Amino acid sequence: MTCLHLLLTLVFAVSLGTPVEIQRPRGVPLTKKQFYEESKPFTCLDGSRTIPFDRVNDDYCDCKDGSDEPGTAACPNGSFHCTNAGYRPMFIPSSRINDGICDCCDTTDEYNSGAKCENTCKELGRKEREVLQKMAEITKEGFLLKQQLIEEAKKGQQEKQSKVTDMQENKKQLDEKVEALRTVKETAEQPEKEAKERHLKAWEEQKAAIRLEKDKAKMAETFLELDDNEDGFVSVSELQSHAELDPDADGTLTEIEAQGLMGGAEQVDTSTFESVWPKIKDKYHSEVSREEADISLCLCVVQAQPTIKTPEKTHEDEEAMPPYDADTQALIDAAQKARDDFEEAEKALREMDDQIRNIEKELSFDFGPDAEFTYLYSQCYELTTSEYIYRLCPFNRVSQKPKYGGSETNLGTWGSWSGPENNKYLLMKYEQGTGCWQGPNRSTTVKLTCGKETVVTSTSEPSRCEYLMEFTTPAVCQEPANIDPSPHDHVEL
Amino acid sequence: MSAVFERNALPAMQTSHCHTPLNNYRMGLLSVFFVCLFFSSAFAVDRGNFKTCDQSAFCKRQRAFKPGQSPYRALLETLELSDSRLTLQLINDNNKVHLLLELYRLQGNMTRVKINELKPLKPRFEVPDVLIAEPPTEPLSVLSKDDNGVVLSLGAESQRLIVSARPFRLDIMEGPEVLLSLNSRGLLAFEHLRLRKDTQAQPEGAEVKESVDGDQQQDEGKKDEDEESNKEEDGLWEETFKSHTDTKPNGPTSISLDFSLPGVEHVYGIPEHADDLKLKTTDGGDPYRLYNLDVFQYELYNPMALYGSIPVMLAHNTQRTMGIFWLNAAETWVDISSNTAGKTVFGKMLDFVQGSSEKPQTDVRWISESGIIDVFIMLGPKPSDVFSQYASLTGTQSFPPLASLGYHQCRWNYNDQEDVKSVDQGFDQHDIPYDFIWLDIEHADGKRYFTWDPHKFSQPKEMLQGLMDKKRKMVAIVDPHIKVDSGYKIHNEITSKDFYVKNKDGGNYEGWCWPGNSGYPDFTNPEMRAWWASMFAYDQYEGSMENLFTWNDMNEPSVFNGPEVTMHKDALHGKWEHRDIHNMYGLYVQMATAEGQIQRSGGAERPFVLTRAFFAGSQRFGAVWTGDNAAEWDHLKISIPMCLSLGLVGVSFCGADVGGFFKNPSTELLVRWYQTGAYQPFFRAHAHLDTTRREPWLFGPENTALIREAVRQRYALLPYWYQLFFQAYRTGMPVMRPLWVDYPKDTATFTIDDEFLIGSDLLVHPVTEEGSRGVTAYLPGAGEVWYDVHTFQKHNGAQNLYIPVTLSSIPVFQRGGSIIPRKDRVRRSSACMENDPYTLYVALSPKKFAEGKLYIDDGHSFNYDTKKEFIHRSLTFANNALTSSNLCPDCNFLTSSWIEKVLILGASKPSKVVLKMNGKETPVDFEFDSSMSVLTLRKPGMNAGDDWTLLLQ
Repeated sequence: MTCLHLLLTLVFAVSLGTPVEIQRPRGVPLTKKQFYEESKPFTCLDGSRTIPFDRVNDDYCDCKDGSDEPGTAACPNGSFHCTNAGYRPMFIPSSRINDGICDCCDTTDEYNSGAKCENTCKELGRKEREVLQKMAEITKEGFLLKQQLIEEAKKGQQEKQSKVTDMQENKKQLDEKVEALRTVKETAEQPEKEAKERHLKAWEEQKAAIRLEKDKAKMAETFLELDDNEDGFVSVSELQSHAELDPDADGTLTEIEAQGLMGGAEQVDTSTFESVWPKIKDKYHSEVSREEADISLCLCVVQAQPTIKTPEKTHEDEEAMPPYDADTQALIDAAQKARDDFEEAEKALREMDDQIRNIEKELSFDFGPDAEFTYLYSQCYELTTSEYIYRLCPFNRVSQKPKYGGSETNLGTWGSWSGPENNKYLLMKYEQGTGCWQGPNRSTTVKLTCGKETVVTSTSEPSRCEYLMEFTTPAVCQEPANIDPSPHDHVEL
Repeated sequence: MSAVFERNALPAMQTSHCHTPLNNYRMGLLSVFFVCLFFSSAFAVDRGNFKTCDQSAFCKRQRAFKPGQSPYRALLETLELSDSRLTLQLINDNNKVHLLLELYRLQGNMTRVKINELKPLKPRFEVPDVLIAEPPTEPLSVLSKDDNGVVLSLGAESQRLIVSARPFRLDIMEGPEVLLSLNSRGLLAFEHLRLRKDTQAQPEGAEVKESVDGDQQQDEGKKDEDEESNKEEDGLWEETFKSHTDTKPNGPTSISLDFSLPGVEHVYGIPEHADDLKLKTTDGGDPYRLYNLDVFQYELYNPMALYGSIPVMLAHNTQRTMGIFWLNAAETWVDISSNTAGKTVFGKMLDFVQGSSEKPQTDVRWISESGIIDVFIMLGPKPSDVFSQYASLTGTQSFPPLASLGYHQCRWNYNDQEDVKSVDQGFDQHDIPYDFIWLDIEHADGKRYFTWDPHKFSQPKEMLQGLMDKKRKMVAIVDPHIKVDSGYKIHNEITSKDFYVKNKDGGNYEGWCWPGNSGYPDFTNPEMRAWWASMFAYDQYEGSMENLFTWNDMNEPSVFNGPEVTMHKDALHGKWEHRDIHNMYGLYVQMATAEGQIQRSGGAERPFVLTRAFFAGSQRFGAVWTGDNAAEWDHLKISIPMCLSLGLVGVSFCGADVGGFFKNPSTELLVRWYQTGAYQPFFRAHAHLDTTRREPWLFGPENTALIREAVRQRYALLPYWYQLFFQAYRTGMPVMRPLWVDYPKDTATFTIDDEFLIGSDLLVHPVTEEGSRGVTAYLPGAGEVWYDVHTFQKHNGAQNLYIPVTLSSIPVFQRGGSIIPRKDRVRRSSACMENDPYTLYVALSPKKFAEGKLYIDDGHSFNYDTKKEFIHRSLTFANNALTSSNLCPDCNFLTSSWIEKVLILGASKPSKVVLKMNGKETPVDFEFDSSMSVLTLRKPGMNAGDDWTLLLQ
């Protein structure tokens, strides 16, 4: 088919407001015009072959590199140049020529398809200029803000650095203080320990004496209980009334057994009972109630221990250690004070260490080439969508919480800067969030763009469990170019 | 997407802590009930969810019945013969039940055999709507008749049908050869309808005996003893599987029949199974099962049922191809055995040397749970004859819109309109063509189909218009389960019209699916289908436009909490049980949906509907895909036999999810899958919700370029694909074919399923091994040649050829003797290529001959059919002249496409080339590449619809 193929086209370019007509084959950019000379055979731009010039743009692909058909769709790898006067020029794949879809704003790609395209370049150019202008303003202001951020960060950094230095100095002193107090403490604790041990030993002896008294009293009481006929002797038969004393545990205490307990004697008096008592005291059941016995015991103790100041106390308190004497107490008080002083100092040291570590950790973060991201540290920024509240805490973590109740999901903790090689500070990566069913752990990429305000502008989940968050901050604003952005700069001459 | 609860139920449950709530919070609405129930299944199918033959009462009963003397006898005195129909009663001597045999000789060399009860207690189900019409018959005549039987003439070619009386059997003969026998192994078994006896009071060995009517009674005594346990096992009146009880108010109703195929060693078909092309014998294992099921993460190389069922088997040997079409929509099992199956090659050789008289034979047995025996024997004899015979019964592949043969980009799910837009732009940025972008279940408002999510897809028309501006299209999913929700228009209308399937107690059947509690419209009801179709009208389906098409998933039907993840068999479709119609539910869903799309355009535009479940006849309604596969090399490999098997039984428009649905493919696998998918009929990439994104440009520029090239190859060949689909629509010839279809006498081709033909002229050998450095392709055809389409290198046929491969492409060959029209100017969508010129690839045979066809129409309307608005041309190269002649002189269609280039492969250098047209001769420039013998004619320029001749002098 040999349909209308305009070999040449008139191109109007705007240069410094002066329209200039430049002739060249359709789809050829000005930069390549010199290769397409009507009077000469055309050599494919890859040099592979030379063809008559009338085969340029004749809707048949002769050159492997597609260079003979810049203005038709004949070559699979060709590209078409639209001038797009008033907007930006661009190249489109030649497969988009005459495909019925308007690609070039100057409509030049649809010259034979019947598609109704309107020239929208001026409008696009205007819009682009507006956008660029706005962007430029944002960039300008953002860049100013960034300078402040850098300054603050530097100041802050210096402050922190000197604070760390100061603190490390203080820490040294504290270290010394702690050591000194440790010595004081240890010095005070030695006599304290000895005095306490003395006191304890006396108490142990006293307790042993009390136990012995108690046993004797119980023995006497038992004797009286057993001596049913009150004849001053405990006889075999009197003993036999206490079946619990049965040594072979067959339920009855036989005469022989009773006698055995009594060392072969028929009866014992109070003094010989002393040898029987150890054999029966563990099994013996008193004939009076236990309470009565206890009270009587208690009274005995009270009588025996007049130093106890609170006789009304129940027997549970009976074994409480008596208070330290004044000298011991003084030693203890002194040691306690030394301990408190030491611990206080040690705590202060630990706190100091923590502070130093925190500041050092903060200082160790990569806050950008000029520390411009420092201000984001320990801040959090939220975005509320129709269903969730997203929370970005830079250098820490990203999370998502249902708006109407429900637990928070970790979308990743701070991993690293992961922008392209030429500017890694354009992307933040948060990794190892809550795991997904049959999938990876959640992770979030935060894309940073220049803005006057620091704000999360959008979130999405482009792939399963991989979130994308858009975040504006002045910290990524680049220094604006000196010249005013204008489409004229882009229009080829 | 789709599939079963497991894949989704789990995330649903875990929304709070693991399932990404951003795009899937609705999953949380799913019940915790079934979530917990199926927690255990992880990757790979849970076989325990699906029945084996042993767990399917009727299959077990029938299979327990071994070959032997049939108890059936033909009562010759009852024979009645009308012009084209013979009827005869059969009697089962064991229980005296009479059956009625009907025999028909059908036009086009087919025989129909119907067996039903002579007097059933109530009518038994006969499958409607699958046959396109009552098949036209031809006269039958009795050649001879005596006490032993009747000999009938089947017309031409000395074909006879012999009815033997005692025992009953049928043999189809041609000359002295038996082509096929029925009931020769005595496995005809017809469980007649009966009244339920009082099983409590009466010990009835009789019923057990009759459980399979033909059962020989040798074990009677033993059976009485075992009666209690047998009764439980037999499941005659009730059957329980995994807590689901199937009440069987009609009792046992199963049927079975055997077929013997003497001289046959290769049988094919009965999809859908994830198995080799050549069917295997089933001795010692389960039979092939046909029962449409939503199988979660299906396993390969086994006979388990999958999403669709086509009860058609082809039998092939060097002499003849035949087919058996078992028209029954109930659960069906097919046993295959062979007398040569166990033999090694050596053993076969020994037979040959020793002159063993045993002829190879394949025996097949069909078992169905209900309905009647209705079998079509397609007698071929050529493969193409069987295809046209089957097409004459159930129709041909619908002729799809041209764009649907392009590339489809799908994912569960494109999150929102923004996402759709950015993916669309991604294709332009990376200069990869595509025609359709797809939306899965998340696009709808709470899985209420026919609606849009108000947040994510609030402006569907805006989105569709954006695609239309680029001449692209969209598919949105519409599944047949309907959310039970009184605020949902579709549900309310179905309820008020009483269109839902009923449960056994007469209430609306409800089950769990994506939206939670769901109803299932009764698609077997024509009124329901008409209403459903009306829902696709632009004023009904809000937000739809003419470039929105439909995807029917989950139409087995999938019921998450049903037995085997599908509907209870005792659910009711009008007076019929679900048991009777199960395998055709999906067909009806697609039928009604396609009808809706046709109606919305007033009958002007072709529909495009993709379905997962299918049955015999589904080819008339659109495309199918192989369901929820996985990103594994074996799944790439199995896509070939799975689609080949479907093609053999009418469904040409078949594809597998490119990349694999579950899991993440390696980059190499993804590239290889694109390269393979580009040469399979339905070319769609799809991915599970839980997989990482895999749009073609996400794997680095090198891989983007490889995928771009694969997709471009597809687009360049669209004219050929379109022509093949036109041919499939007209004749029933499969588009993607096994080699044996075109080389039926070459036994080397009979088991090949790692390569295939597209039409007759392209041979494709995909690379399905990781890290492959080469493949061995079999090039068929003694005395033929094949040209490598990438290098134009010529190779001889009838050889195994080792072809080194790189990642850049897979081996594809054009047959010497063929002409393939291409559009080498690939654009961003097929519609953009409408007016582009053609390049003709003329591949010469050794005798310097070639022929091909060119078909052109508007690509989307029915005008080709209703107004004959198309161009159909024959292209012939003979005697050094390439001629285009009109195959349809009374057709009218104008194209602005022209012939920009002709490549003649295997040519010699002419001194001059002349174009003869309208009586004028004009010289044509040409170039000759002597290293590859390729002659290129430069810009002959004639319109593609014209008559012309190019003379090489």
